Amino acid sequence: MTELSIEKLHELLINGEVSSDELVKEAIEKSKKLQKKCNPFVTIIEDAEGKKVTDNLLSGIPYGIKDNYSTKGILSTGSSNTLKDYVPFFDATAVVNLKKAGVVAVNKTALDEFGMGGTGTTAHTGIIKNPWDINRMCAGSSSGSACAVASGVYPFALGSDTGDSIRKPAAFCGIVGYKPTYGMISRYGLFPFASSLDHCGVLTRSVKDAAIVVDAMKGKDDKDLTTWDSSNINLYDSIDGKVQGKKLFYIKEIVDLDNYPNASDELKKHLSIFNDSIENLRKLGVVINEISIDKNLLNVIPSVYVCISCAEATSNLSNLTGIIFGPRGKGKTYIDMMKDYRTNGFSPLIKRRLVIGSYILQKENQERYFVNAGRVRRLIVDKMKELFKEYDGLILPVSTGIAPYLDGSKDELSKDDTAILEEHLQIGNFGGFPSITIPNGFIDNMPVGINVTGNCFDDANVLNIAYALESTMNYKGMIAGGNNEI
Amino acid sequence: MKYKAVIGLEMHCEIKSNSKVFSSAKNEYDELPNCNVSEIDMAFPGMLPVLNKECVRKALLASLVLGCKQPDYIYFDRKNYYYPDLPKGYQITQMHAPIGVDGKLVIDVNGKEKEVLIHDIHLEEDSASLDHYSDATLIDYNRCGVPLLELVTEPCLNSAEEAVAFLETIRRIYQYCDISDADTKKGQIRCDVNVSIMNEEDKTLGTKVEMKNVNSFSNVYDTIIYEIERQSKLKDSGRYDEVIQETRRFDEETGTTIRMRGKVDAVDYKYFVEPNIPKYKLNNKWLEEIKKSIPMLPKDRKKMYIEKYLLSEYDANIIIKERITADYFEKCVILGINPKTAANWLIVQIVAYLNKNDIELKDFYLQPEYLKQITDAQEKGIISSKQAKEIFNKSLEEKREPNNYISMDNGQISDEKELNILIENILSNNTKQIEEYKNGKTNLFDYFVGQVMKETKGKANPIVTKKILKDKLDN
Repeated sequence: MTELSIEKLHELLINGEVSSDELVKEAIEKSKKLQKKCNPFVTIIEDAEGKKVTDNLLSGIPYGIKDNYSTKGILSTGSSNTLKDYVPFFDATAVVNLKKAGVVAVNKTALDEFGMGGTGTTAHTGIIKNPWDINRMCAGSSSGSACAVASGVYPFALGSDTGDSIRKPAAFCGIVGYKPTYGMISRYGLFPFASSLDHCGVLTRSVKDAAIVVDAMKGKDDKDLTTWDSSNINLYDSIDGKVQGKKLFYIKEIVDLDNYPNASDELKKHLSIFNDSIENLRKLGVVINEISIDKNLLNVIPSVYVCISCAEATSNLSNLTGIIFGPRGKGKTYIDMMKDYRTNGFSPLIKRRLVIGSYILQKENQERYFVNAGRVRRLIVDKMKELFKEYDGLILPVSTGIAPYLDGSKDELSKDDTAILEEHLQIGNFGGFPSITIPNGFIDNMPVGINVTGNCFDDANVLNIAYALESTMNYKGMIAGGNNEI
Repeated sequence: MKYKAVIGLEMHCEIKSNSKVFSSAKNEYDELPNCNVSEIDMAFPGMLPVLNKECVRKALLASLVLGCKQPDYIYFDRKNYYYPDLPKGYQITQMHAPIGVDGKLVIDVNGKEKEVLIHDIHLEEDSASLDHYSDATLIDYNRCGVPLLELVTEPCLNSAEEAVAFLETIRRIYQYCDISDADTKKGQIRCDVNVSIMNEEDKTLGTKVEMKNVNSFSNVYDTIIYEIERQSKLKDSGRYDEVIQETRRFDEETGTTIRMRGKVDAVDYKYFVEPNIPKYKLNNKWLEEIKKSIPMLPKDRKKMYIEKYLLSEYDANIIIKERITADYFEKCVILGINPKTAANWLIVQIVAYLNKNDIELKDFYLQPEYLKQITDAQEKGIISSKQAKEIFNKSLEEKREPNNYISMDNGQISDEKELNILIENILSNNTKQIEEYKNGKTNLFDYFVGQVMKETKGKANPIVTKKILKDKLDN
């Protein structure tokens, strides 16, 4: 039953057709099976118990937590050897808020180490496989969460998103991934990657479910100064599907096939699916325009992202020394101890990013890389905000197609000619914009996704447009491989 | 002095506040290590800094008092470096937009005015304290995250006297404004001292040498004296190129400075803006409120004491040295004690008592209200100045109000004649005891004193009584 929507599960719970305990037990059983198939979990909380069912839509419902959220008394590793035994003594605020709603955590999901990767191949517990095809990746970094939600373990799991870490795995796994406006959900207790880009968010199988969960997670938090009061926003109640007269734009330099002279059949199909979705929306009365943006500005997005995220990460991960927590390193001096701990604890990819970040922050390089990246970030955000004055949102396809095969894939920081199509979701992090990915088609039996991004604080509008689009297709509530057993 | 010395100071002072600058842990000195800590201070994964508004207010207060310019926006920077006393791996400080810049303060150096230029003053967090042993280092995180104000002067001081006078002045301002207790004994103040020397006529500054973490004003003094001498000797002997830009530390035992590291080993702190604390637009209304809360500063109080209360400059200087002393004095004046009388009591009796008993004025039993009981009685002629001092001591000894020892209608009997008659009477009724006393039972002396007290209902002056009794019994 855990493959059903939150609304449906709530109805069943209220009517006594199923108990919270039964749902929790089912989620745990499915977790165990899925673990063998796809390896998406760091911890399965086998002793999780059902909770009281109340008027709250979420009460009694099982869910998963990405392992870079601090969970009191439950192992929280960030999928890194540096924290392989770390059991926090405090809950992340988002987790506290969900607890209040009455949900039940049944597992902690694996990720690319500390969220710093987009493949699901760098977790300390091993590669996470795509439930639609175990030879393919889930993308990342919220790989385990995407895998589990797509497999019907539960209706939702928490994710975090610094570049596209919720929204890309959602696309590759055929589900919904939503990251709200920066500061809507407290980051307190989220292991930081790049503080100015990090967002909490959720992976679900429908837009409405995403709205319900974020309604429960969000709120101003005294422990996170970047949060804002969203008490006047109720995302779930705002969804009415009325989109007549709404205006969206897409960027010519990203979606026009002419940009890709060597386009593969997959890419062609992907862009054609995108155009179908555009037509669907137009039929609902949405105005969609093509906008041209200076290609130079778009091309630097991945570099800007690397500069800012690596620099902040270098500093954010400096608390990992093995002195206060984590396995103490060996050595005669504190420097040797830190070195030993960090050398053995971090995967090569992280080390690469930390070295880049350190280089970028060096006095002699800072102006050229870090400060300039900040300036370009501002230019990109200003351009978007200018467009958002006229438009309700930006609509673009996610990635260049379907999930790549695991063998032969490497987590690379940038790719060449399709880089901008691959990385444009980072715009949402630059500006802290609300951004949601939903499934919009299949290529070779693998799902692909489409993304809607809007202006800050305009989450309800963005979700409503995504909901309307979702309603024109049959991909809501999909389970990987159909409703067969995992 | 043969050469002109140029000195710049960096003064770190802990701010007084209930909680730490970025966490809710207590900001309090505690003997027990690691009891005032939170997950934020210890940088557990996922923690975020929460800025303490009271600390910002006090930093702004300092910025205003020191005549600095305040920034349009308040924000912070990360100073990145690895050391076990810094759990986050970075210190949150202000590099780009200090809470105050370009300040100016006129100080008094042995009666002469000196203008000191302040480069900037900024708010930051303190690090943990480390205790090094031969085979281990212990870390106490109580101090980690304690609010610090760092004040940086321009290189505009020219002697150890000026440097210490400046530090004393700042310390006093911080105390008067309740920004800090500024207690060097508790390690609340630490200084970095930059010293260079040059010929009087030189246009460019000499090579700057920095002494880190000098922890008392007397050490600041000694450091400067030593360093000027060291550099001068090298310059004298044509070896000035051996004075290099470096960081040294002051060694208390030998009274010398010792090299720590050279300029080439300088750490690149990779400063960048702290992303977790949004920029805060400073509004004038708040600044005005803070301005209004500035109390009368020591310099102005001194002026008032001399001009209005007619104290000598010497007395005024002693009284303003600590805010608590000045407050005590002003309270006395408000209560109606003659200012000169109050000053005398404060400077002579009270200070001596505090020093002798090693207690602080805040813990002193005889608060101004009680002192007034004594001075009033003295003024009305009920007690002599000698008796006043006795009552002062007695009251402190027994922790009872002075009024208990002052009686309006029947004061202490100190008149020797009167006591003589009384004692003669008592002795003539106790011949047996006198005999025993003379035979060696000397502890009977107290018995005779007791008899006198009984007769006078305790009003006989004990000192005079004892004197008379001794004369009569021992002769």
